[in-house]
Amino acid sequence: MSLLNIEDLRVSFTTADGDVNAVNGVSFAIDAKETLAIVGESGSGKSQTAFAAMGLLAKNGRATGKVMFDGTDLLTLSERQLNKVRSKQVSMIFQDPMTSLNPYIRISEQMAEVLMLHKGMSKSDAIADSARMLDAVRIPDARNRVRSFPHEFSGGMRQRIMIAMALLCQPKLLIADEPTTALDVTVQAQIMQLLGEIRDEFGTAIVLITHDLGVVAGFCDRTLVLYGGQIMEDGPTDTLFADPSHPYTHGLLRAVPRLDRADSELATIAGEPPDMSRLPKGCPFTPRCAMRRDNCAADRPPLVDFAGDRRRSCHIPIKEVV
Amino acid sequence: MSAILSVKDLSVTFDVRPQGAWPWTPPLKLHAVSEMSFDLEAGQCLGVVGESGSGKSTLARAIVGTVPTSGGQVNFEGGDLASMGPAERRVHRRDVQMIFQDPLAALNPRMTVGEIIAEPLVTHEPGVSREERKKRVRELMERVGLLPNLINRYPHEFSGGQCQRIGIARALILKPKLLICDEPVSALDVSVQAQVVNLLMELQRDMGLSMIFIAHDLSVVKHISDQIIVMYLGRQMEMATAETLTTVPEHPYTQALISSVPIPDPVLEKARVRPVLEGELPSPLAPPSGCVFRTRCPKAQNSCAGDRPAMQALGNGHFVACPYHQAEEVLAAS
Repeated sequence: MSLLNIEDLRVSFTTADGDVNAVNGVSFAIDAKETLAIVGESGSGKSQTAFAAMGLLAKNGRATGKVMFDGTDLLTLSERQLNKVRSKQVSMIFQDPMTSLNPYIRISEQMAEVLMLHKGMSKSDAIADSARMLDAVRIPDARNRVRSFPHEFSGGMRQRIMIAMALLCQPKLLIADEPTTALDVTVQAQIMQLLGEIRDEFGTAIVLITHDLGVVAGFCDRTLVLYGGQIMEDGPTDTLFADPSHPYTHGLLRAVPRLDRADSELATIAGEPPDMSRLPKGCPFTPRCAMRRDNCAADRPPLVDFAGDRRRSCHIPIKEVV
Repeated sequence: MSAILSVKDLSVTFDVRPQGAWPWTPPLKLHAVSEMSFDLEAGQCLGVVGESGSGKSTLARAIVGTVPTSGGQVNFEGGDLASMGPAERRVHRRDVQMIFQDPLAALNPRMTVGEIIAEPLVTHEPGVSREERKKRVRELMERVGLLPNLINRYPHEFSGGQCQRIGIARALILKPKLLICDEPVSALDVSVQAQVVNLLMELQRDMGLSMIFIAHDLSVVKHISDQIIVMYLGRQMEMATAETLTTVPEHPYTQALISSVPIPDPVLEKARVRPVLEGELPSPLAPPSGCVFRTRCPKAQNSCAGDRPAMQALGNGHFVACPYHQAEEVLAAS
């Protein structure tokens, strides 16, 4: 049985310039202890998918569809009920660890609050538990540093604190929204190693939202490729990277320079990411697709299963996408 | 070939006053760049990589002449930047152009694209007629992949990739000899990043530009550069050709950096042994004595705290600042 099951999720925002459709019918499931990558460029709807699932959309945003977690639809829950699910069942970490922590409040207070609220612990117990969790994410001298303020830590350390805070109530699912984008590569390697250890130790399922295909390759069992708020392709990371079945994935993989290869010229995808308020009726990738056909702009290709455990949404037969 | 740019023992220090310090307390010295030496051959591309705080942007600014140097020399086409008079500096500024990381922030929001691209021309070649100027702007817009009929639009009407193209056009309108790119693609999406990288490589080849390409992404730097310098806390750790540096790095820091870079290949990536670098960048206000990398170095010895290791030549333009250097194939060739 899957842990989280998202069905036909749609997210739109009302703006002065008309409606912006950020997510357009996304369906996927994640099993317990699985790691799923949601990959896409800016504006692909990858973060909004997660925000909608967690009830964190901006005020002008609306989500429709179903987000089933443990038999309940999260989209129908009240704020109060949702707060019980968030952090106890599902937690989230964000891209910028500085803006996610309150700069005026000590780490101890911010972390203890979570435990006091959700587990009804006394403050001293909660702080002791917080220190233990900081120790688990390798903050040196955690027992003393738990009383520090956020600005006293470096970017990498702050991200560790965010991870520790997210894990306090031992959630079954951790959503990590670009957790290493703001960090240097050597620190990124440390954080990804830490997330890997957490997955193995606590058995937490992880949804990793990122634009970095390299990070995905080393970490995730399954990869979901989003473009224009729609799923282009979905499948086990190994096979998806080895033979991508969608022209977008194919182009994306060849557009990344690789350290281990001498590539003479990078393949490019022509054009720019789409304007989400003016998406084509059919496949959103049509204007940039080198293999587009007459019907691509008008008919939206359905997401179809193939090769057992993969899905793709494209009119062009797989054989031709090489 | 002769070196178009020759940097010798370049240092840049900033005065930093700690918060709450008395006005009469002497300020602390922040060594942003320390004793950097390298040559750039005409027509070549030199890559500079390092993590945040390694001094790579300060190095760029020192070469352009927008931050004062506190020691050493920057020789551009034989002339020392520090001893240049105002007239020579004007020429230097024309010959050395720069493009920046945040493409939108680098453009004046109240000027049209045409005005932005033409501005250097107005400053440095005031004799050029209005028609001629417009003609050159249109030609260049076409060259960098912008539709010339967008000449009267404002920067906010463009996407990030297009704004970076405008920045490139502005930098190239004076036909500079040296182009300095400070993280030009790190704010862009992968698919757009490839477009801009290809454009820069094409322009470099066609216009015979010399280039300094600064970025934190080693994969991109390797792709575009002939030579690469690795910086850490304001100091040069290693310098070699792109090929040598990425296949047989000698410095422990370069090795750690390369092993941290993820590769988009699940089979390769999961098989990699990754010795993760412990700790974080020390404060540049109080750098470690001796080798600045020793606090995080897996091969550090007691002697590393003593003298600062000098750059050793290993032949073929390969230099390394570590007495215990040892070639290591961090990436298995595929």
